[in-house]
Amino acid sequence: MQRFKSMAAILLAGLLALPGLQAAAATPAEIQKSLESAARTSTPGFSGFSAERGQRFFSSTHGSDWSCASCHTSVPAQPGKHVKTGKVIAPMAPTANPQRFTDAAKVEKWFKRNCNDVLGRVCTAQEQGDVLAYLMSVAK
Amino acid sequence: MNNANKRKLFDSIVWSASLLFAFGLLISEASAESTGFSATNKTWSTECGSCHLAYPPDMLPAPAWRRMLSGLDQHFGTDASVDARAAAEIGAFLERNAGQGRKRGSDSGTLRITETRWFVRKHDEVPTTAWKNPRVKTPANCGACHSAAERGDFDEDAVRIPR
Repeated sequence: MQRFKSMAAILLAGLLALPGLQAAAATPAEIQKSLESAARTSTPGFSGFSAERGQRFFSSTHGSDWSCASCHTSVPAQPGKHVKTGKVIAPMAPTANPQRFTDAAKVEKWFKRNCNDVLGRVCTAQEQGDVLAYLMSVAK
Repeated sequence: MNNANKRKLFDSIVWSASLLFAFGLLISEASAESTGFSATNKTWSTECGSCHLAYPPDMLPAPAWRRMLSGLDQHFGTDASVDARAAAEIGAFLERNAGQGRKRGSDSGTLRITETRWFVRKHDEVPTTAWKNPRVKTPANCGACHSAAERGDFDEDAVRIPR
């Protein structure tokens, strides 16, 4: 039996090395959950996320020229357009684009980049969760 | 063949198969990376193509790509940073396929493809009004006139300047 166990271990190790299996698929709700646990520790008096606050955040500028809506439109069920390059950006709302918020690393990467562009800093877990709550609330 | 020998034979066959499979995976991963360098690379096309056309590597010389990659957090006014693993893969791909020779290989110091001498010369007959057309928007929007730019095809005969 022992020999089969070692063989199985090698096979399993090989399978885990397959590139496709490394990206863990997530759901927007799971990503929301992990933002929530981050916000619980980083935001004093955290009392949940608000879609309404998220919508305000999304469509406002924050000291610079751009808001999230500049590229993603204020109707996130619709495709957006990069304000500088003109490249079409697929809709942000998961109802309109089921691929959104299904890859935690991708979500983290884009929040970092875009918050730096729009706010000149990283966004807090509260802000990210509010925006996600808003986007998840957008009807198709 | 007695039972003990049979078991040994069986063992060695299964072991060899498992090891071959494991090595096969290693090799296939390594070669996937190296064939990617020759023409396209998934990481490059995804990362560089998310905000704009993934500009072909031979449009800038290697030193320019190196400078580009080291300043992705301030990439023409936006944060385009990628993680270290992606940066290394993209960097190697760009380096291998960067512009060569007198025209494409010479580093004038610019990171803007549209400011390179070869680009300016190639486009010197394009009227100013065409660049100002809102359907073109920016000279960086290759696809506005080069309809097959996404496939890396910049054939002059296929150019259609929008009116």
